Amino acid sequence: MLVQTHELCSVPSFDHDYGMEDYGKGVARWCPGCGGHSILTTVQRVCKDMQYEPEKTVVVSGIGCSGRFPHYMGTYGFHGLHGRAFPVASGVKFRRPDLNVFVVTGDGDCCSIGAAHWVHAIRYNMKMVALLFDNGIYGLTKKQTSPTSPLGTHSNTHPRGSVLPPINPIQTTLGLANVSFVAQTVDWNATHLYATIRKAAEHPGLAFVRIVQRCPAFMRDLYGDIAVNPKNLILLSHENGINLKPKAREAFGRVIEHDPSNIHKAREHAEIHDGIPIGLLYQNTANARYDEYGAHNLGMGIEEKKQNLESLLDQYSTSNSVE
Amino acid sequence: MDYNVSGDILNEGDRIKPRKIKQAIVEIVSDSGEGAQKCGQSFGAISAKMGNGVWTVEIIPAEIQPPARSREGASGIRVRIGSDKVTNMGNHADLVIALNEQVVYGRIRQDAYNGNTLMFIENKWAKSEQETIRQQYSEALLKFKELGIKVVEIPMEEECLKLMPDPRKGKNMWILGLLCYMYDRDIPKAENQIRRIFKKKTDAVIDLNIKLLHAGYDWARGNLPFRYEVTPMDVDDDMVVMNGNEALSMGVMASGIELCSMYPITPATSVSHHLAENFERVGGIVHQAEDEISAIGFAIGASFAGKPAVTVTSGPGLALKTEFIGLAVMAEIPFVIIDVQRGGPSTGLPTKVEQSDLLAAIYGEAGDAPKIVLAAATIEECFHFVVLARKLAESFRTPVILLSDANLATGVQPFPRPKIDPLWLTNPIDQSPWKDGAWPFEWDENTGTSKRPIPGQKGGMYTVTGLAHGQTGKVAYDPEINQASVESRSRKIASFQKSLKPPSINGDPEGDVLLVGWGSTLGAIEEAVADARAEGLKVSSLHLRFLFPIVPGLVDIFKRFKKVITVEINYSDTLGNPMVTQENRRYAQLAWLLRAKTLMDIDCFSNVYGQPLNPEKVLKMIKRELKIENSEVNV
Repeated sequence: MLVQTHELCSVPSFDHDYGMEDYGKGVARWCPGCGGHSILTTVQRVCKDMQYEPEKTVVVSGIGCSGRFPHYMGTYGFHGLHGRAFPVASGVKFRRPDLNVFVVTGDGDCCSIGAAHWVHAIRYNMKMVALLFDNGIYGLTKKQTSPTSPLGTHSNTHPRGSVLPPINPIQTTLGLANVSFVAQTVDWNATHLYATIRKAAEHPGLAFVRIVQRCPAFMRDLYGDIAVNPKNLILLSHENGINLKPKAREAFGRVIEHDPSNIHKAREHAEIHDGIPIGLLYQNTANARYDEYGAHNLGMGIEEKKQNLESLLDQYSTSNSVE
Repeated sequence: MDYNVSGDILNEGDRIKPRKIKQAIVEIVSDSGEGAQKCGQSFGAISAKMGNGVWTVEIIPAEIQPPARSREGASGIRVRIGSDKVTNMGNHADLVIALNEQVVYGRIRQDAYNGNTLMFIENKWAKSEQETIRQQYSEALLKFKELGIKVVEIPMEEECLKLMPDPRKGKNMWILGLLCYMYDRDIPKAENQIRRIFKKKTDAVIDLNIKLLHAGYDWARGNLPFRYEVTPMDVDDDMVVMNGNEALSMGVMASGIELCSMYPITPATSVSHHLAENFERVGGIVHQAEDEISAIGFAIGASFAGKPAVTVTSGPGLALKTEFIGLAVMAEIPFVIIDVQRGGPSTGLPTKVEQSDLLAAIYGEAGDAPKIVLAAATIEECFHFVVLARKLAESFRTPVILLSDANLATGVQPFPRPKIDPLWLTNPIDQSPWKDGAWPFEWDENTGTSKRPIPGQKGGMYTVTGLAHGQTGKVAYDPEINQASVESRSRKIASFQKSLKPPSINGDPEGDVLLVGWGSTLGAIEEAVADARAEGLKVSSLHLRFLFPIVPGLVDIFKRFKKVITVEINYSDTLGNPMVTQENRRYAQLAWLLRAKTLMDIDCFSNVYGQPLNPEKVLKMIKRELKIENSEVNV
């Protein structure tokens, strides 16, 4: 880590200059070709570009392949329980507004065992970035149907094909109370992935990003064609959305103009079936934020606390002088 | 107590000199929503303020508005006041005030009354328009009289109608007035109490209730041929009077904890109500989570980030929290879990007392997950043990479970006003750089303890994980590391145990029977032991506060008694019942634990009627054990 101060420089200056190496730790042990690798690098890049202090950054995950993510970050990390990343992350943030919080969760983690917390984390709308690593399969436990597996998926729990339609996480999130940021991207388009996570990091509330992720071990075919041919991706474009340079836009087969303040249109786009819409579906920066409520009375001094406690105890005193 | 009542009310009772008595047990029973508890709590609070010892027990139906005049729907309160410290609910009531006859039946079944009990019963039912009601009423009165209860019908409704059109919600303060006359309570204190409990209401409501108080007082003065005085204690100490859940809440605030993360559950919720009302004034906050699991996860997240946290729950909630408790043990995250126990298993008896979570608290997690488990025995301890729990959690980097129960939750008792130490309120958040090169789990070889990095500390970055990990915090792929880390976490609990002293014995250090209790049964056990000793029996008792790790010195104490018996409010098989043998008999939870810890043949006396223990039942058991004649085996 280099420490620099640029007194004559016009770019924002910090009393530190963190490099990529400050955000990494160890060697990621995901399978070769797993989408996790590119997401990890992208999150590290966003942290560097935002110059987040590693000691003021906390990455909270659940269980599953995605759950290993914090182990590879040079920040504080919390690799907790299956499905429970949101409650832990919310607890971290509630009384520590100075911390930058990321939540990393998988499709089983978020949309199945932890679904209740997903619903309420969206409603709490605490400032944090939530990344849903959605590869449509349970990987770490070796190929069981996930709530986002397409209908008919052959897995070890449904060897003759899954029998229920999948949950659409984007559609679901857009239906939740107090939702303030919903975006979708893919692990294999580094430019779009970066622009999306960067936008999420700048959002004043809970930014929910579903990352369509490839699993080379168990769902090789799920996004195979789409990943090979970017024309299968539908780019949602708007000046207030996730903006790509014109050259990067050309790679997409379809571009739809979508105003991210329009939740009704966002819900329509969430239900597109003949391709994957990527971009910012919805953003509202005016929603109530529970972390602001949590931090509203921070920092009371010990003397004041003691005084107020004594006056509370007075209410229970049997002493006549207190009556 | 001799009331000398013939059944008819005398009309010339004025200016009677109160007779001094040592103690009185008063019950008020009613339909739900008639304010019996408010009346009884006020009577208790006024008495405490006058310097009496007080213990209250609420009688709570499971529903909010059960059908009127139903036996199961009885709602009410018992208040025991005394010239000395009162530590339990006592045996039979001296006085019961009943707002209808049906609600009395349940209490009779629970053996709350006997031939010395005086009953004041609302007389309006005798004139009911419905014949069935008139009939039920007269039948009940006959039955009560057969049982030896002295029944006096009084015109509560009629008198209150003089002040308000619908006395359903006013009668309670009229009764308070009657009680204030009968037990010579201080009327200005009663008026202040009314102002306090109705502080959120309009002046008109307060005025009306004060008028009702006076009306009840005046009616009693004009009609009761007797009056009592329970002489107060001589105490110089500044006392506070509150119930156990209020004491837990005050303890949370005084402990320096600044977040209570909870989900509503009976009978724990009123801790959070009290906190919600007051916590922000002392720099804290309540988070109502979406479920029990989230509530504990949130507390763990906050504590990981350096903010002391507590989660408050009851049995079913504790069950849901076990996975997270295991994680907190594994990841060594300090925080406090308060379990206000109720009847179980499953939804069980939500409003009733039981001590059935002991083994679940100690052993409830998958895998080896040692942690500290404490149990408060008094309302005063409800306060101080939260302070202690936070301190232990941080010193030993572990979750601490503090057990209370439904009896302590709503019981009211005065205790010396706590002297708040500013050191309790300090925050562990340390943002100075982490010692260069130090590991996040640098376990001391001798004690197993270690210091934790907190987000914000430069150089301390590490990842908490529920996976097996060594001192570096990194996932362990080496089996040696797992063995060493489980050993370390066990060692720190042993380190704590080494700092404990053997428990003190109530009574002689040797004898025929030693009773061992834990939790809210302290007062009833010690009163029974005192009564037994007064009769010359060689009985002693001891009470455990530290359940895990268990206090030292028990074997040495136990072997000086011919028999050791635990007294608990939880289930145990009774020898002699079908299928029960010495081999398959299931023991009460503390007995099970003590048998395992001491390899001694420890017996148990326990039941699950959902009622607080009373001294008489314990005394009967003692006599039965000592094979003393004339002791009924009916417990």
